Amino acid sequence: MESTLDIFVKAIFSENMIFAYFLGMCSYLAVSKTVKTAVGLGAAVIFVLTVTVPVNFLLENYVLKAGALEWLGAEYAELDLSFLSFIMYIAVVASIVQLVEMLVEKFAPALYGALGIFLPLIAVNCSILGGALFMQERQYSTILDATAFSLGSGIGWFIAIVAIAAIREKLRYSNVPGPLRGLGITFIVTGLMGMAFMSFMGIKYGEEAPSEDVETVTTMIDTNKENNIN
Amino acid sequence: MSADKKSSEPLFSKKNKKLITDPLTDNNPVTIQVLGICSALAITVQVNQAIVMSMSVLFVIIMGNWIVSMLRNLIPSRIRIIVQLLVVASLVIIVDQVLAAFLPDLSAKLSVFVGLIITNCIIMGRLEAFAMANKPWPSILDGFGNGLGYGAILILVAVFRELFGSGTLMGFPIFGNALPGEESGLYAMGYQNNNLMILPPMALIIVGVIIWVQRSRNKALIEEH
Repeated sequence: MESTLDIFVKAIFSENMIFAYFLGMCSYLAVSKTVKTAVGLGAAVIFVLTVTVPVNFLLENYVLKAGALEWLGAEYAELDLSFLSFIMYIAVVASIVQLVEMLVEKFAPALYGALGIFLPLIAVNCSILGGALFMQERQYSTILDATAFSLGSGIGWFIAIVAIAAIREKLRYSNVPGPLRGLGITFIVTGLMGMAFMSFMGIKYGEEAPSEDVETVTTMIDTNKENNIN
Repeated sequence: MSADKKSSEPLFSKKNKKLITDPLTDNNPVTIQVLGICSALAITVQVNQAIVMSMSVLFVIIMGNWIVSMLRNLIPSRIRIIVQLLVVASLVIIVDQVLAAFLPDLSAKLSVFVGLIITNCIIMGRLEAFAMANKPWPSILDGFGNGLGYGAILILVAVFRELFGSGTLMGFPIFGNALPGEESGLYAMGYQNNNLMILPPMALIIVGVIIWVQRSRNKALIEEH
């Protein structure tokens, strides 16, 4: 078993939402022209991920999973509602985003001014639904682990978008070949940043002793070949 | 656009054909409109996964465009995003269940990315930009065109990554046998697979290069920073 800290650090670096899974790429590319807006969107993503994943975790474990409804009575113990999970997750995400928007507007107008326009965008950001789906697939055992994962993923996403926004601000003064300008160079720079982030692979916290770095990367390549997820 | 014109218009009029061909080239959803990047990058390690993913997206976008287009006058505009999400989510559940039943191996490999079709911006983008304002038949064609444009990029990237990363195409060896001890073909001459191709960053760089090539061929697409 991984420790909670391990999950947290992995979610930020080696399993970064952007560089390892490409989640939330659309807003990453669209809203990364200036650092200021990138910080706003990044903060909103951290916030919404940290709220929605634990809620979806409870939903998954007490309503949707096979046998999860046992607490209602023995006759519900055989129900498996997991086929409904997509629709439930997206409904939870959309309604929490709406709710958070209203709460923030009422109780923290300053924060609303900073995050306001980004919150509605987030309902259709892949990284939010992706966080919920990864939580479901990886079967985190406690809500603490799930929260650590979501907070880490959010922070990883934040780092990624702020970094690319800073690079794009500088790129404006460089002489990029015409056809690469804008989108093309952003993709290539993101690829290079991804390579840098891959070097965080193999860092381990908790009880497991750190293994040889080279070995870890080879295993990662092998597992990738097997799973072909990435 | 107008209601009565439709009946007199042939099914594949010039305008309708454009709906299909435009997304394949100068209005490609991935490289020009920058939509649906997530899955375009993640599901491209193997060609057959890319094909299954494109078919799933094609199905969801055609059906979604059709259903939303038929409902467009009934959906109150305040809650249209939620209605669209629900339509798409139901379609994706169908796709997911079908894949899990008939292609269990592939479905396990695609893992969360089938579910992520729900938030694929191509689908939401087309529903919002086209299906909400157009009649069902053009919407179906628009969905078809955009689905194909998406699939074309997906498969192109997958061809590069599988060919140079694993030396195969759709699982068939192209460069010979790579097993140590019994190398044949190019491998016997000392050729090595490029493992970097399999890792995520290369997908980004390949898409960047595709955009580069496309924009050098069509100068009108070049951005001003």
